[in-house]
Amino acid sequence: MEQSSVAPSSGAVLPAAYLAPGSSFVDFLRAASPGLLPGGRAENGGRVDAPHGTTIVGVTFRGGVLIAGDRRATSGNLIAQRDVDKVYVTDDHSAVAIAGAAGIAVELARLFTVELQHYEKIHGVSLSLDGKANQLAGMVRGNLEQAMMGLAAVPLFVGYDVNAADPDRAGRIISYDVAGGRYEERAGYHAVGSGSLFAKSALKKRHDPDADADAAVRVAVEALYDAADDDTATGHPDLVRRIYPTVVLITGAEGAVRLDDDRAEAVARAVVAGRQENPGG
Amino acid sequence: MSMPFYASPEQLMRERSELARKGIAKGRSAIVLTYAGGVLFVAENPSKTLHKVSEIYDRIGFAAAGRYPEFENLRVAGIRHADLTGYAYDRRDVSGRSLASFYAKTLGAIFTEQIKPYEVEICVAEVGASPDLDQLYHLTYDGSIIEEPGFVVMGGQAETISGALRDSDHASSSLAETLRSAVSALTTEPTTGKGTASKGEAREPALGQLEVAVLERDRPHRAFRRIPPAVVTEMLGEGAAKTEPATAEKPEDASAAPDEKK
Repeated sequence: MEQSSVAPSSGAVLPAAYLAPGSSFVDFLRAASPGLLPGGRAENGGRVDAPHGTTIVGVTFRGGVLIAGDRRATSGNLIAQRDVDKVYVTDDHSAVAIAGAAGIAVELARLFTVELQHYEKIHGVSLSLDGKANQLAGMVRGNLEQAMMGLAAVPLFVGYDVNAADPDRAGRIISYDVAGGRYEERAGYHAVGSGSLFAKSALKKRHDPDADADAAVRVAVEALYDAADDDTATGHPDLVRRIYPTVVLITGAEGAVRLDDDRAEAVARAVVAGRQENPGG
Repeated sequence: MSMPFYASPEQLMRERSELARKGIAKGRSAIVLTYAGGVLFVAENPSKTLHKVSEIYDRIGFAAAGRYPEFENLRVAGIRHADLTGYAYDRRDVSGRSLASFYAKTLGAIFTEQIKPYEVEICVAEVGASPDLDQLYHLTYDGSIIEEPGFVVMGGQAETISGALRDSDHASSSLAETLRSAVSALTTEPTTGKGTASKGEAREPALGQLEVAVLERDRPHRAFRRIPPAVVTEMLGEGAAKTEPATAEKPEDASAAPDEKK
């Protein structure tokens, strides 16, 4: 990190970057302190083996959208961490979760959060949901070089569109490819990460766009269970250590709220108990 | 190469100060003061979208008086400075004090190095865990920085308004009480200092043109919140009804409040 470039030289009139037009924090960072940008490190061309996060699911419901992730990070065939948190609330009406290289993922989520707040403070209003989605696409694209080195990170973005005509259908899910391509998921559900194949199959059968939030949380946790069942890199709800999937719910009235531990525990225990009776779910 | 006319540094500074002071005196005033629940910003501002008060960071707010494009430059630079520090280190490492000294350096450099100084006064406020930990920094056009206990007044009638606020202590007051005393100070007549002379003229435009925001102590993460005009009118109105005999100004507020709602 280039800490020396954080503060402008003392006594001087503001550096040009501080007075430049525009409202993107990333653009400002590029001008003022490029060393802090993700991807701004020296490259050696080799492949890097870093912990990877795994399965993320997004599900819409009547009046909102949720995003959930399992808690496992793996490094090769080892479990790197059992209680990693891959879901981030990025502002009042949006959240992001990232599958892939954990270090890149955390940095992208942090930078994206600052970017959204930065815009909001400078202009006094939030970006539109599509504006937020496009900003994130740019950041993923910026990580392409690192992705070639094995440090790929792909986000799943969900948000409540406050400008939507129908508030019941205002929850939206947007997925990305590693090159920054942006895709709206109109089916109302999506999954990314190593267990996404299984999670998506489960969601395809179970997803109900008219369900309420509680039913949607249950469906998401069931999908994560199915992913963990068949993918070694995805973690089951860990009843012994009391580690449960992270869920963020976004509705128009309450905004983006992380599901509290007690509710997450209740849902996870119910899903596990259900599978004891009927392993097929 | 042409030889510039000689002017002594003393004279240069004096003239720049005079220019800046005159510019600031033309503008309307803004008040920042601490109360039990946090920090209150009240500015006279006829525009609904061009703000004089803004959020800078989680617990830090900004208020300004003077030339709009100049303090807008400073506001944006401050947001960039704070976001950069918070991103490079941690959100908790962004402090009002470091932001204030960033502004002081900037204003000082502009004042001495550029032809025209900024005609602005700004205030950086940080809300703390308790009223005695709130920080208010008052910065003037030349980069002077003063940490003020209790309140900061900027703009045209700063002297008069400060006089009206000086005797009150709001450390244990509610938001509505503090807002009422700020508004009554803001609308105090400069000549008499008591607001008794010309009643309607100074007060009425002010009530519809107040920009009010708070840094709320109890809100987690981002403390800054704007208070919509309807709520401001309500707060000013209810106080007039309850504490009518408190000051001479209050009945005026009460009569003006219902008109504002339309």
